[in-house]
Amino acid sequence: MFQNDIEITPDLISRHGLKPDEYDRILQLIGRKPTLTELGIFSAMWNEHCSYKSSKKWLKTLPTKGDKVIIGPGENAGVIDIGDGDVAIFKMESHNHPSYIEPYQGATTGVGGILRDVFTMGARPIAAMNSLSFGEPDHPKTRHLVAGVVAGVGGYGNSFGVPTVGGEVRFHARYNGNCLVNAFALGIARRDGIFLSEAKGVGLPVVYLGAKTGRDGVGGATMASAEFDDTIEEKRPTVQVGDPFTEKRLLEACLELMKTGAVVAIQDMGAAGLTCSAVEMGAKGNLGIRLDLDRVPQREEDMTPYEMMLSESQERMLMVLEPSKEKEAEAVFRKWELDFAVCGETTDDLRFRIIWQGKEVADLPIKELGDEAPEYDRPWVEPRKAAPLPDDAIPAVNDVGAALVRLMGAPDQASRAWVYEQYDCLVQGNSAQIPGGDAGVVRVEGTGKALAMSADVTPRYCDADPFEGGKQAVAESWRNVTAVGGDPIALTDNLNFGNPEKPEAMGQFVRALQGIADACRALNFPIVSGNVSLYNETNGEGILPSPTIVGVGLLPDVTKMATIAFKADGDEVFLVGGHGSHLGQSVYLRDLHGREEGAPPPVDLALEKKNGDFVRGLIASGRVSTCHDLSDGGLGVALAEMAMAGQRGVRVELGGLDPHVAVFAEDQARYLIAVRPAESAAILADAAKAGVKVERVGTVGGDAVDFGPAGKAPIADIKAAFDGWFPAFMGGKA
Amino acid sequence: MRSAVVLFPGSNRDHDMVKALHSVTGVEPTVVWHQDASLPDVDLIVLPGGFSYGDYLRCGAIAARSPAMLDVAKKAKAGVRVLGVCNGFQILTEAGLLPGALMRNAHLRFVCKEVKLEVTNNDTDFTRAYAKGQVIRCPVAHHDGNYFADPETLARLEGEGRVAFRYAEGTNPNGSINDIAGILNEEGNVLGMMPHPENLIEALHGGLDGRGLFESVATSLAA
Repeated sequence: MFQNDIEITPDLISRHGLKPDEYDRILQLIGRKPTLTELGIFSAMWNEHCSYKSSKKWLKTLPTKGDKVIIGPGENAGVIDIGDGDVAIFKMESHNHPSYIEPYQGATTGVGGILRDVFTMGARPIAAMNSLSFGEPDHPKTRHLVAGVVAGVGGYGNSFGVPTVGGEVRFHARYNGNCLVNAFALGIARRDGIFLSEAKGVGLPVVYLGAKTGRDGVGGATMASAEFDDTIEEKRPTVQVGDPFTEKRLLEACLELMKTGAVVAIQDMGAAGLTCSAVEMGAKGNLGIRLDLDRVPQREEDMTPYEMMLSESQERMLMVLEPSKEKEAEAVFRKWELDFAVCGETTDDLRFRIIWQGKEVADLPIKELGDEAPEYDRPWVEPRKAAPLPDDAIPAVNDVGAALVRLMGAPDQASRAWVYEQYDCLVQGNSAQIPGGDAGVVRVEGTGKALAMSADVTPRYCDADPFEGGKQAVAESWRNVTAVGGDPIALTDNLNFGNPEKPEAMGQFVRALQGIADACRALNFPIVSGNVSLYNETNGEGILPSPTIVGVGLLPDVTKMATIAFKADGDEVFLVGGHGSHLGQSVYLRDLHGREEGAPPPVDLALEKKNGDFVRGLIASGRVSTCHDLSDGGLGVALAEMAMAGQRGVRVELGGLDPHVAVFAEDQARYLIAVRPAESAAILADAAKAGVKVERVGTVGGDAVDFGPAGKAPIADIKAAFDGWFPAFMGGKA
Repeated sequence: MRSAVVLFPGSNRDHDMVKALHSVTGVEPTVVWHQDASLPDVDLIVLPGGFSYGDYLRCGAIAARSPAMLDVAKKAKAGVRVLGVCNGFQILTEAGLLPGALMRNAHLRFVCKEVKLEVTNNDTDFTRAYAKGQVIRCPVAHHDGNYFADPETLARLEGEGRVAFRYAEGTNPNGSINDIAGILNEEGNVLGMMPHPENLIEALHGGLDGRGLFESVATSLAA
């Protein structure tokens, strides 16, 4: 028998992730002891994951406005204007903690959750991406996590029918105890067809839609707001179970329903399920909500109100219904064989009331549940920064060709085909650029325009210097969108950090956010949505600070899109931004010399903007269709990728430069372009006029990336190393 | 050419197929809900790709029992051309309209990539626009495309020229027996195939190799 009025002991409070002073705040707010259900509701609303209590202060400082921003942070996803009355709606969200506990289901429900965030606003998802970080390859859990997470990401997105057009996968020992699974989704809607969660009107029916409620995921958001320790296996029941088939039907049913005029407000049930969605709708609309739990469709018997309010069962929505359309609305859900149950109503008393078996089991002030959540100004210290390396501390190599081959077969540079071939990247028939290039590109159905998107962060830079690393993550995403010809519009972020109660970790967060904000301002690249994942720590060790950025841009004419592949022998290859010299934190130093040292390359944002705008202009004018940005591994890795993609080599001329420095430096704000010889002079003249440094580095042709006397990397050798590592690793051979 | 695309709960390449049919034939196909017991009078019925019923139980097994499929079987018997792609192929085998079965891929993973297809038999209503032995590009995207049939059935398929497409140049992505990618029924009016010709029909897709299949059907109707 469920007992709602039990003694609230300090132990019970602590097991709900609430601190003693937070509990005192509850007592003050409601003027009495909470019931068990109420305590559960508070823990769901006030955990880090839902309340952003440690991060809110800093999130407010991020630039979120711009000409093309229609809706910024605060809704289910951000909305940008892409012209002609069309909008793109997108967001990224983490499912780190559940994926480490149960990789397949954790990843699957991460994808499901982000897709729901997008279609709950009225958009049909047309693209997905992800950013995955795993422990070092030879850690005993890594293969298991990679296999499970990748299968889970694919298992959900493929069945749902959204193309996964890009992403990133990295390995580092600092993720041994906490993997990162960040899932991104983007959808398209009409500007006048955006749906919001704000309830309007008193006495309107609140309707439960989708799948039934079970006991899965009870307390999931609270679990995701704590560090891991050795009892992690016991947390498995807090992970939800995904059903993409139901989500696909929910998508079709919701989009059909939205056309009927029945939807006053709608909110998906994500973290903290029924609690969070109902409170969100009521609080935003200045209305109370009364829920009758006996009318909630249930998958299991004898569920208590506590379990129902905290369940994170997937594929569910809550909406406020226009009563005159009830029959029509219900018919849509019956057609798709989904639940449709009126389970409550909006009220004018600003209370959140829960009725169960005829009794009121919770009665809380709805606004305060969200607005009065604790907000912390966590103490932070300036994080430790790695010292710059003197030039003579960096060893050379005899043969940069052989070094390049080795680098291309290293875990972080090797081909991700083993991963992305498990994702359907073609469904819907609009994919213009699939994984393997600088950005994913998807045409907007029925138009000649397309959206470009790229997920980026370089956590080793962020660890060595959080401020510069934050800048770099934004700059690289902006650069990747630019490199395919996209005009960068806005971004979503997924801020993955360690324990905010530790001043050093909090310092990383603060400084990275300052770097992100600077870059967003300089590049006119506002943040329209995002997610924070803290407490990525196990037994006291935190992850590398990993603020993942997904930038989104528009290509007005998809036929002018650039790709990385070399296209014709004899084309001249130019390095926009000129040669570099920075090897601190480079993959050259790490993968060839076993040293993770030095300061990361600084990001000159003005230069970034100037060079990027120049390259984008060349692509838009139709004069350049081969372009690649420089990032990890610098010039050498970029040339190798262009050669493999085009199945033709390049003869590189380095002049008198130190080969290992010129080939592997990771200086920012740089691109490679290949142009027809007849165009070179004019392009160089334009560059001079724009004040952009452009250097000729070689000519397309042959079957190798040929550095002349400095060494030679045959494409066949590069390809063997590049293609070989991942399958060998997953097969237990690397 | 009039065509119909049957929509099952969980279909997700229905839209791609509708676009491809429209692009090649110039006529918008009719979309038929799986609960409709009778299909309109058309020249070609298509069962599209996707994950009908979430691939639960067995891929295509539940969809094969839907009311619309009874009419598809009836119309197939009467000679109407039926094309099943990916999940559509799985549904056709589960409905008994094509022999054999599609098992889990040999490597047990979902696979989405471009493969090469050999047009093994070009003397069919679905392949006439290609040359015999021609090798075309075509993407695949499936988890259960590993074709299997018992030796007797296999001998008949091969002997009667009912293997329409074969994975070529070592690109068999799933372990299918005899590299089989697509097969016909005895009468030659029902084709099931795992690859997705509907995803290679315009410049944006990077190739037009898939168009030939739809052009073949349109031409054979005109003849």
